[in-house]
Amino acid sequence: MIEFIATVLGATLRISTPILLSGLGETLIERAGILNLGIEGTMLLAAFNGFVVAQTTGSLFAGLAAAMLTGVVLGLLMGFLTVTLGLNQHVSGLGITLLASGLALFSFRLLYGGASTPPSLPESFRVIPILSGTPLGPVLSQYGLTYLALLLVPVLSLAITRTTFGLRLRAVGENPEAADMAGINVYRMRYLALIIGGALIGLGGAFLSLAQLGAFTHGIISGRGWVAIAIVIFGNWQPVKVLAGALLFGGLQALQLRLQAEGVPLPYEALLALPYILTIIALAIAGRNASYPAALLKPYRREG
Amino acid sequence: MNARRLLPFIVVIAIVFSFSFPSFAQDEPLDVFAAYATAIEEPWDGVIHTALLEAEEAGLITYQYIDDIGYSGDMERILREVAEEQQPDIIFGDAFGNEEAVRRVARDYPEIAFVFGSGLGPAEPNLSVFDNWIHEPAYLSGLIAGTLSESGIVGVVAGYPVPEVNRLVNAFTVGAREANPDIQVLVTFINSWFDPAAAKEAALAQIDAGADILFAERFGVIEAAAENGLLAFGNMSDQNELAPETVITGPVWNMTPTVEYVISQVAGGTYTAQDLKDFSMMAKGGASLAPFHGFEETLDEDLIELIRTREQEILDGLFRVPINEDTPTGAEVAESAGE
Repeated sequence: MIEFIATVLGATLRISTPILLSGLGETLIERAGILNLGIEGTMLLAAFNGFVVAQTTGSLFAGLAAAMLTGVVLGLLMGFLTVTLGLNQHVSGLGITLLASGLALFSFRLLYGGASTPPSLPESFRVIPILSGTPLGPVLSQYGLTYLALLLVPVLSLAITRTTFGLRLRAVGENPEAADMAGINVYRMRYLALIIGGALIGLGGAFLSLAQLGAFTHGIISGRGWVAIAIVIFGNWQPVKVLAGALLFGGLQALQLRLQAEGVPLPYEALLALPYILTIIALAIAGRNASYPAALLKPYRREG
Repeated sequence: MNARRLLPFIVVIAIVFSFSFPSFAQDEPLDVFAAYATAIEEPWDGVIHTALLEAEEAGLITYQYIDDIGYSGDMERILREVAEEQQPDIIFGDAFGNEEAVRRVARDYPEIAFVFGSGLGPAEPNLSVFDNWIHEPAYLSGLIAGTLSESGIVGVVAGYPVPEVNRLVNAFTVGAREANPDIQVLVTFINSWFDPAAAKEAALAQIDAGADILFAERFGVIEAAAENGLLAFGNMSDQNELAPETVITGPVWNMTPTVEYVISQVAGGTYTAQDLKDFSMMAKGGASLAPFHGFEETLDEDLIELIRTREQEILDGLFRVPINEDTPTGAEVAESAGE
């Protein structure tokens, strides 16, 4: 039983990691008043660029850097469209997802010529064995990026609530006019959030191609970006609660996979639907008290 | 006497002429179009694409395709445009999820041969169907898995419980049971054709539940086996190169016999709607067990001998692998194994 719990918890952390990393990035961006629906495509293109760079340079860290840079560039594009031009955030975000996905899959075909077995890295990030052999081993032995994601939760939480940066970020996301009057450069803060958040979203994508799989194929993201957006709402735009949302979704996913594997006498459809049904219920409950950043979706235009 | 001597020449000339007329049509490569619902990187459509590329290289056809069409209504529009404007001799594709659209268009263009992957039947006058009938090598893989498993638990990670997948999983189970009647077969569906990270987690969950050998119906499973030093079976193509120490063998699907047969029928003017399933089975070369590569040396000789014998029996029509398209569930398998 202990082993069952430990292995399911271990799987929970692995499954949660990409959603958590991207969810934290999205949290920062939304806190500045921008809904970034480019997240799904950004994760895919970052996973792809990270993979290609890691493969050509032989350095996984160069791959990570490329993935983060991809997120930053797409974040800047999102900023140009929604902050500088003040375009509709839904349309801009979805446009970026379509553009980035198309770019990733088109380049994939150009470089790997419709390969029917996915190209893989000779070496990918490995799980760091911690206390292996003990009951805690399966829980604690995780990828470095998983630990980084967990570490980012308190860091971002403090940054948002206790620093000048956080105060400005929140001001820009709640009331940009007032923030501007107080001397905060609204455009700059929003770009900054998109840059940092974009890098984190890129890391979320790279976790899949450089650590969890060490390979790139179509469907490597498979909606994880959209799940990240859902957990940001669930988490009420607070990193700690976003972590809770990621763990809830990842945990239910890990549990249903394990129950299927154990041959629990339930229809597999019910098990597959379990994480989604419970996520919807959790969202419905948490959503009642959701306090959206007041300026979310509103482009800011400086008077005069 | 002279007339008799001439006879062979006359026969030869007659034969040459009789061949030369249809072969005029053969000299002109057939115009082939393919319409795929998924990307060609998806292994199922990848197999069709590969066979058509080979036919193009052999000069039998000219080949164009559109992929990633999806299941939201674009298939019918694309097929109609192609049939109207390009008027190819043959359209290949996969009809799953677009069955009605494909059948509607085929009916309107009886002069074009429609050859589609489908779980349903052929339709007169021009819609033929095929599918990946690779349950025979899946059975052989199961036989190996059942023999090699030390824990008595083997795992299968699959996409959706549709007939073509159920066939494979059930045949694999029959093979594993034959080798070890007490074997437990864990079956997990991930509800996606393309989510390798989910497939890998499903495989890791099976390993946590005691499985020591895995059948990778989908991508992602082999990585889980390799990380844990376990053995695995690929699917659809020879996947040994993904992890040479891990992938023993696996069912392989080859569409070339189907493609060649259809081309010859269309070129000869004898094409009719039919179920092409035999051309995707072992006897006609449409299915096979992937080579053992390095495992040729390391596997037990008796086991290889058994597999080769059973393989020959299937090829000779002496052994039939049962076709069972019912949804396998982990629960059912576990219960019957326990009884």
